[in-house]
Amino acid sequence: MSVPFYVSPEQIMKDKADFARKGIARGRSVVVAQYVGGIVFVAENPSRALHKISEIYDRIGFAAVGKYNEFENLRVAGIRLADMRGYSYDRSDVTGRSLANAYAQTLGSIFTETAKPFEVEIVVAEVGIDEDTDQLYRLTFDGSVADEHGFVAMGGSAEAIAGALSAAWQPGQELATSLRQAVHALGEHGTEEARQISATDLEVAILDRTRSRRAFRRIEGTELAELLV
Amino acid sequence: MTSAFPPAFRALGSPSFADFLASIGAPAPATGEGSVQAPHGTTIVALTFADGVVMAGDRRATMGNVIAQRDVQKVFEADSHSVVGIAGTAGIAVELVRLFQVELEHYEKIEGTALSLEGKANRLSTLLRGNLGMAMQGLAVVPMFAGYDLREDRGRIFSYDVTGGRYEEHEYHAVGSGSSFARGSLKKLFHDDASAEESVRIALEALYDAADDDSATSGPDLTRRIFPVVAVVTSAGVDMVSEDSLAESAEAMLADRMRRPGGPRARVDDSQGGGR
Repeated sequence: MSVPFYVSPEQIMKDKADFARKGIARGRSVVVAQYVGGIVFVAENPSRALHKISEIYDRIGFAAVGKYNEFENLRVAGIRLADMRGYSYDRSDVTGRSLANAYAQTLGSIFTETAKPFEVEIVVAEVGIDEDTDQLYRLTFDGSVADEHGFVAMGGSAEAIAGALSAAWQPGQELATSLRQAVHALGEHGTEEARQISATDLEVAILDRTRSRRAFRRIEGTELAELLV
Repeated sequence: MTSAFPPAFRALGSPSFADFLASIGAPAPATGEGSVQAPHGTTIVALTFADGVVMAGDRRATMGNVIAQRDVQKVFEADSHSVVGIAGTAGIAVELVRLFQVELEHYEKIEGTALSLEGKANRLSTLLRGNLGMAMQGLAVVPMFAGYDLREDRGRIFSYDVTGGRYEEHEYHAVGSGSSFARGSLKKLFHDDASAEESVRIALEALYDAADDDSATSGPDLTRRIFPVVAVVTSAGVDMVSEDSLAESAEAMLADRMRRPGGPRARVDDSQGGGR
């Protein structure tokens, strides 16, 4: 008779966390930062079709790093939840906080209950009436939530990028400033060697607080190039 | 408390919100015997012009001989480049519009791209077909859909019947109780080279003519400052015409009608490009 090999719960959790971290570290990083008029999402993503950044609802955006099929699954679930809630109640009843909660619960139960955790990290951002009321939630593969202010960096080199941003980012700065800081930090610290990321390799979107209903807008082509100059 | 996403939210599925609602077992419209009295919306008109399409609706809802509401809105922005107008049972129609709006936005967010104008028109058809049971009990909804087709670069109008049948209309169309009078008016006033402003005026004239002969349709209400809801859709998107600008057009129209109650004169020798 074979005796099942005993592995302590600590070891199981540690192995799962290491596995998830390794998966996330393989991909390129993403930065989400506040600016005076809203929130900007910056991802190094040469693909025009497979997005890392998405609109969820009127004032809510989403950004992710890691395994595409996994965060795409979460993105669609988030849109369904938001639209469902807005349709059943009212558009103003859809909040970033409840969405972040749903993501946290989902990621948490996947992490503990399944053999393979999700190799993703996501940000749920909700634009408010001013910088103080903006909300940035960072969710990691095990379901932990952090309520961030100013900026968030996710992905393999998140720490180095966040370090660079904490030295540069200040409240009340313009879109172009936040965008350039993010692109610079991604280029400088995103990979082993520092490099300049071209506009065609960037996926950029904003939640513009001045827009009346749907605040989410992608920034592409010449508009993006002009902001980066 | 918020819990994790229920399984249906993470299941593979179509980008349609209505299909998703059905998949999670949202209650279908109730059916029953007998009939109820409910407010009815009345006349909607639409016409194309060189740069797009104009849709306008009067503000009256009636319940039998009673005016149920004087300032009801019957023309809505469906998404950035299309509008939907509704005649028929108001409660069901407004709900249909709400679902249609979510349907279009949901698809756009999930797929990362907007539906084609034909696609939107077809979705409305499907949603409308879901109401057939209610329509048979007298709670019918008759929408009209119009938008700017970014692929074909022109404004287009679609009409529907209660079974969900979808028909493309050319140049102009009207639905609702006053529609036959409005259509007659549009037939005389429509011409190919009208500007956006002129098309708005033509729409107001058509609604006036409908109100003139149909008791369920309202004309501009100067005492309460209630004017028709008018949307202009061009390649730049939907523009809901401001109340100030509508007040100005409506006052100009009424001033002209003081002299000629029948409205602008259509001449038999007119050689302008006319309507069909």
